[in-house]
Amino acid sequence: MKSLEDLKKMREKALKKVEMRDVDKKYRVVVGMATCGIAAGARPVLNALIEEISRNEYPCVVTQTGCIGLCAYEPIVEVFNQEDHTKTTYVHVTPEKAISILQNHILKDRIITELTIDNYQK
Amino acid sequence: MEDLAMYIIEILMNSIHASSHNIICNIEIDTHEDLLTIIVEDDGKGMEEQFLNNITNPFVTTRKTRKIGLGVSFLQSLCDQCNGKLVIKSRPNIGTITIATLPYSHWDIPPLGNIGEMMMLCIQANPDIEFMLYFKKDNINFLFDTKEIKKILDGVKINEPDILLWLKDYINQGIKGENQ
Ligand SMILES: Nc1ncnc2c1ncn2[C@@H]1O[C@H](COP(=O)(O)OP(=O)(O)OP(=O)(O)O)[C@@H](O)[C@H]1O
Ligand SMILES: [Mg+2]
Repeated sequence: MKSLEDLKKMREKALKKVEMRDVDKKYRVVVGMATCGIAAGARPVLNALIEEISRNEYPCVVTQTGCIGLCAYEPIVEVFNQEDHTKTTYVHVTPEKAISILQNHILKDRIITELTIDNYQK
Repeated sequence: MEDLAMYIIEILMNSIHASSHNIICNIEIDTHEDLLTIIVEDDGKGMEEQFLNNITNPFVTTRKTRKIGLGVSFLQSLCDQCNGKLVIKSRPNIGTITIATLPYSHWDIPPLGNIGEMMMLCIQANPDIEFMLYFKKDNINFLFDTKEIKKILDGVKINEPDILLWLKDYINQGIKGENQ
């Protein structure tokens, strides 16, 4: 049973943790959450990202955006590299693929080319 | 659309995109009267009357990425299909209220879905918006208010992953009446 008391304990824990500041994080991971994205399955994708980031530390912030204009390719996850200002667009993302993006692209700087839009539009 | 949470999140997203500061979501199930009421109220930018009159038409949208807007028309079709009613009232610069009333046991009504997740996803990208969820089902009364949560968190971000996941579970327990 969860009570608001737990929240106080989580606060204490969070305050003790030394974390990277959001502005220092190398990547920004953006999930398309408009109707087209949600209907295609963006909810479990975002959920998987939040769960994985709570388990392990990644140098990224996760945010949401509306319709990216590529509805047929949803769910879409865009990865922005804040250092070299490049963008990678992952399409038809599933929860499993989302975790793979974190483990490869975010953690090891390895872009998963097979999952990018360029691979589909060729 | 597989669950009600999906319809509701659409309406919540509209409120979020209308630059609201406060968004209230009210879900009330009265099994005795066989009535499901979903209300989303915001203090966002609102809509002009003329625009509002056509809002359930999918060709009415202010988005620029595509020519159709689906959120409201989805909920309208659900209401039409189930003999329910959708009422949207809005005033520019004051806000918008969306009220859907549906016969709860109608066989075309999808299951409620994951309400905790729905709230979590809204909070995740919008930590500065205050969300309130009021859930009532017969003798279950559950109130969730991000203002109250932020007071307890005192300086710790409400959209930290651990906190978000906790909130999701907390809400899902609350609407089952387990936190009472
Ligand atoms: N709460 C609100 N406050 C202000 N304007 C709103 C609100 N809800 C809807 N609107 C307006 O109505 C339009 C239609 O909404 P609808 O949800 O049907 O489509 P959309 O949001 O444009 O696109 P989609 O939902 O498919 O991503 C929106 O573009 C917006 O201009
Ligand atoms: Mg919408």
